[in-house]
Amino acid sequence: MGSVTTLHELSGLTMVPLLAILLLFWVALNASLSWQVLSVGITVSLLIGWLFRRGLSPLTELRATPASYRAGLGFVWHFLRELVRSNLNLARVVLSPDLPVNPGIVKVRTRLQSPMGRLLLANAITLTPGTLTVELQDEWLYVHWVQVESADIDAATARIVAGFERYLEVMYG
Amino acid sequence: MIAALLDLLGALLLLVGSVFMLLGGLGLVRMPDVFNRIQAGTKTTTLGTLLTLSGVGLLQPDWALKLLLIGLFILFTNPLSAQVLARAAHRIGLRKTPLTRVDRLAEDTGEDA
Repeated sequence: MGSVTTLHELSGLTMVPLLAILLLFWVALNASLSWQVLSVGITVSLLIGWLFRRGLSPLTELRATPASYRAGLGFVWHFLRELVRSNLNLARVVLSPDLPVNPGIVKVRTRLQSPMGRLLLANAITLTPGTLTVELQDEWLYVHWVQVESADIDAATARIVAGFERYLEVMYG
Repeated sequence: MIAALLDLLGALLLLVGSVFMLLGGLGLVRMPDVFNRIQAGTKTTTLGTLLTLSGVGLLQPDWALKLLLIGLFILFTNPLSAQVLARAAHRIGLRKTPLTRVDRLAEDTGEDA
């Protein structure tokens, strides 16, 4: 995602993944391949794809290797489990008469280099038990934590980031 | 027989999803400040909506594809909107609960913790 316009960007190839996703979404939503549906879909996808030609899509930097796909499945599974745990944890907090919160914003670091990997990490953190990404600056993430266990960068990183980073590292690097 | 079972399972998922949404609502009322409220709202609406959509999928299998797409959309947009709200809240310096133990972001940007 450098600021220099590359030949790749000029040729419009960067918008292909986003375009494909948008068009697939549109066709699936309409459950039809009639020429009216397709022409509207293609026009709008091209427009959006062009507007966000420098933007990201989940496929932009995904590595196309078997290990990467396996990690993708692992990521989804880990994520769903964490989402359920996160809700049970929240239920326990909200239903306790004394509301056991100990909130704070901690700083954690990610080893991920790719913007898409970092974005997915931030999203995953937001949906895991008691954590919410507040700010993302380069390799640093500022995370709001309902029950702060440690304000130390390394300890908090191990607790919040490591679980997902394991998978995302393989998928995006 | 199988249809009845699917109906039952679907209804159960709808119920569990609604319970999580209710708990999220309770969280919005009980949590002490905006950041904790966003936490309560985001997690419960995500899982609650996904469970509700799955329940509807079992009751109306024809809608499965559309429900799946709605689910994906929720999964990507829900956390993002929560993060943007939280960031905006922090930037304009909304009140944090006195219970707050630490605020590294305020320390690093030079605001009062």
